[in-house]
Amino acid sequence: MHLTDREWWAVIHGMGLGALFLLAFGGGLAGLYSLRIGLLTERGIIERTRRLTIGVWAMAVAAWLTVITGSYIVYPWYRADVPTSPRSRLLEDASTADWHNFAMEWKEHIAWIAPLLATAVAFAVTYYGTSLIRHQGVRKALMIFFTLAFVIAAIAGALGAFITKAAPVN
Amino acid sequence: MSDTDMTQSEPSTQTSDKPFGPVAAAFLSAGISAVLLGILTTLSEASGGIKTALEWFKSVGSLSGKTIISSAVFFVLWAILHPVLKDKALDPRKVFMWTGVLVAIGLVLTFPVFFQLFAPEE
Repeated sequence: MHLTDREWWAVIHGMGLGALFLLAFGGGLAGLYSLRIGLLTERGIIERTRRLTIGVWAMAVAAWLTVITGSYIVYPWYRADVPTSPRSRLLEDASTADWHNFAMEWKEHIAWIAPLLATAVAFAVTYYGTSLIRHQGVRKALMIFFTLAFVIAAIAGALGAFITKAAPVN
Repeated sequence: MSDTDMTQSEPSTQTSDKPFGPVAAAFLSAGISAVLLGILTTLSEASGGIKTALEWFKSVGSLSGKTIISSAVFFVLWAILHPVLKDKALDPRKVFMWTGVLVAIGLVLTFPVFFQLFAPEE
């Protein structure tokens, strides 16, 4: 059992940071959802806000690291102008060309919107702190944008997994 | 420990209301950057010259210029808007709605079926 350096980076990009992203999203969304008056004591609000802040910033950092490693470390190997690169292999066969022309073209761009939204949400949670519970409209909007950031990243992640299955970077 | 001491040791969540402006600055910057990413993606597809100009790193291709510009604009715009809006009590609903519209435009402009419409005929 052996992984090349390139495969290790693909694992770090797709599975390591992807798992951290998923974990942080789950924690962040649960924290935002439960931040409601009547459900928490004053001490509970403070403790919950602390965890929520960690969760949303973890997701934002994971999103930035995922797009940076993906675009600037793994992607150059994928698109290398040699016949053995995954891009070349996908494009040489009409039945697999859409994995590049549609899936990769979509993934490589859409993914960069996720960290923008995740960072804005993380800032808002930090800015309001424990007073976020008194801004229920803002809290609900943050849940929507936090989930949107996750959905965007999930689309990119799923496409990445399918592309890797069709033509792995190795 | 007296009751008074217990009360004083409880951290308080009763802070004064904060203006929405700083949050608006972050969200509007994110929305505008998403649109910019989409515009650069579409322009790069439509023009070989723009595509070449965006190739800041040869190994990454035009994706490097698109992502560095849109990410830099996000942080720079945020830094500019933050002091401008920090004391403004803007309507959160309108700001979130406009952010949603901007992100939706960005998503359309980065969708291959859309931006490939502008590719030169081969």
